[in-house]
Amino acid sequence: MIEYLRSAFAALVANKVRASLTMLGVIIGVLAVTLLVSVGDGARKYLDDTIGGIGTNLLIVTAGKRETKGMGGPPLSSTKPLTIDDVRALERQGTLLRAVSPVVQGGGSVRYQGRTRDVSVIGVGPSFADLRNMHVAIGEFVRQEDLDGRRRVVVLGRTVVRELFGEEPALGKPVRIAEGRFRVVGIMEAKGTSLGFDLDDLVFIPATAAQDLFGKDDIGSIITAARAKEDVGQAMAQVEEILARRRNGEHVITIQSQDDLLQTFNTITSAMTWVLLCIASISLLVGGIGIMNIMLVSVRERTREIGVRRAMGATRADILWQFLLESVLISVCGGGVGLGLGVAIIMTVHRFAPAIPVQFSPWIAAVAFGSACVVGILSGVFPARSGAQLDPVEALRYE
Amino acid sequence: MSAVAREAEALIELADVRRSFVVGDQTVDVLRGLTFSIDRGEYVAIIGPSGSGKSTLLYQIGCLDTPSSGTYRLAGWDVGALGDSELAALRNRTIGFVFQAFHLLPHTTAIDNVALPLRYAGVGVRERRARARAALERVRLGHRLDAHPERLSGGERQRVAIARAIVHKPELILGDEPTGNLDQKVGREIVDLFEDLNREMGSTVVLVTHDLEIARRTRRVIRLVDGQVEYDGPPAGLP
Ligand SMILES: Nc1ncnc2c1ncn2[C@@H]1O[C@H](COP(=O)(O)OP(=O)(O)OP(=O)(O)O)[C@@H](O)[C@H]1O
Ligand SMILES: [Mg+2]
Repeated sequence: MIEYLRSAFAALVANKVRASLTMLGVIIGVLAVTLLVSVGDGARKYLDDTIGGIGTNLLIVTAGKRETKGMGGPPLSSTKPLTIDDVRALERQGTLLRAVSPVVQGGGSVRYQGRTRDVSVIGVGPSFADLRNMHVAIGEFVRQEDLDGRRRVVVLGRTVVRELFGEEPALGKPVRIAEGRFRVVGIMEAKGTSLGFDLDDLVFIPATAAQDLFGKDDIGSIITAARAKEDVGQAMAQVEEILARRRNGEHVITIQSQDDLLQTFNTITSAMTWVLLCIASISLLVGGIGIMNIMLVSVRERTREIGVRRAMGATRADILWQFLLESVLISVCGGGVGLGLGVAIIMTVHRFAPAIPVQFSPWIAAVAFGSACVVGILSGVFPARSGAQLDPVEALRYE
Repeated sequence: MSAVAREAEALIELADVRRSFVVGDQTVDVLRGLTFSIDRGEYVAIIGPSGSGKSTLLYQIGCLDTPSSGTYRLAGWDVGALGDSELAALRNRTIGFVFQAFHLLPHTTAIDNVALPLRYAGVGVRERRARARAALERVRLGHRLDAHPERLSGGERQRVAIARAIVHKPELILGDEPTGNLDQKVGREIVDLFEDLNREMGSTVVLVTHDLEIARRTRRVIRLVDGQVEYDGPPAGLP
């Protein structure tokens, strides 16, 4: 075997330019596989981290029954909206729940001394920050008394503070949200963007105050969390049961767990990865055709050499191996170089543009390298066979 | 005749060997019933006009091809009955080829060219090099071991080819117009070398040649005309 490899290597060295051009096809193919799959994998990891980062064992309750898998469509049946009383019931009876918070989403412009900013206004309960892994930097978050007393207090996100107050201290200052006057009681820690959404460009007010502000009696959703990962399933059942009891036994709410969400996104990202992989495979295929082409030329050019080798005692198998290993060598070298280049590019991206989620994982290396070998074998078999099948006399007489 | 007796005498035995090719819808009879034998240690020239089938006969003798009909025995083996890889092994063991156009591998040093038959015989790299060096020294090219064929003169190339033909000490050395691409003086030297190999190593040598001078220096001449033996005997008896 080493014999064959050695002479295959010698043949490539003898024809450096041609070998490298042929290799280029494989290099590009493997590079494409590595990069595209890394991008796909990076996207998946990014979503994993993002969704994992919004909290732990979260459950999101919305009114109406709908398909929980997928992104969620419109409610399928008539709804009885969620209320603050539902939140209280869950707090009292939800033994498997760590915390419960109402969520009332709205939008409005926040004003301070003539400066205005349009933001998301989120009505919440005191445990919301904890559930969503968010922290107050200065002051306090919305408290239970604020919720119960429908107080007009507000906790500002970083971006809002910067835009409205600049360097000025904001705590205790009055701001106007829509038509209501609110007092700033806290400022959140910076959280950055997630899924293209600026988590610092929002304000929190008590859910009850939000109801008053937006003129609603109900709440949009309830966010809660199971005490432990193992309890998620049971906790969902408990929430379902508690809320059904408050609706004459009707099961007209939807509970989505963080895992459901994760799975939904995973389905999307792995589909994307596969599509990318298929696209990349096409370039690998083209590289393989290049190898086959060159090997056919090589066999033809070396017809007399094949005759001489046969005269010296080479068997058909010897000839077959000689050319097969040559094409495998081309593709393996090409694969190695392509992989190396891919890793180098990924490292560069990591270093200079850490925001772009590309993720290199060993399985990509294995796939890229393996497919290079397969391409080499497949594109070498036919030319090598045609060389091996040559009649020795015809090969020797070949001009 | 017992197998042992045959072993002692005839290396090559042809009995009514015919070879025809199908070209389009025609059958071309190139060898038309050849019967002769060549003993071990003989030094034979095959001559004849162009197209008379000399090369075709040499490929038969060299086990690169098998008869369309008739039987050919080499060292007791019925060549027509052997499979492809058995033929390869037989060639590898028994025969050394020298061609008119040298047919050395390009981009390959003289010593590696010479070692080629040993590689297919499964000889280890070190021994291969040692024996290839010895063979090159035998043809007085011990100083050009690592030269590429492209850098050698025609006569030197043919000597490398001869070294390659004798490196595995075959019983039979075949040459298809080995001097055809060389000028007369260099051609003489090459023929001298074949003569020496025949005398000193006892190798059986069969040369196809156009050159009557060369044919006259052998001890037996077979003249082919139209695929048939027209003369078989000592050079002195040539017409
Ligand atoms: N594979 C083949 N198919 C068809 N015809 C062939 C084949 N091989 C040889 N021939 C024919 O057989 C005849 C003899 O060929 P061969 O090469 O043996 O002649 P030769 O005596 O060696 O001639 P030269 O002295 O020119 O080398 C030629 O007419 C050639 O065209
Ligand atoms: Mg000829």
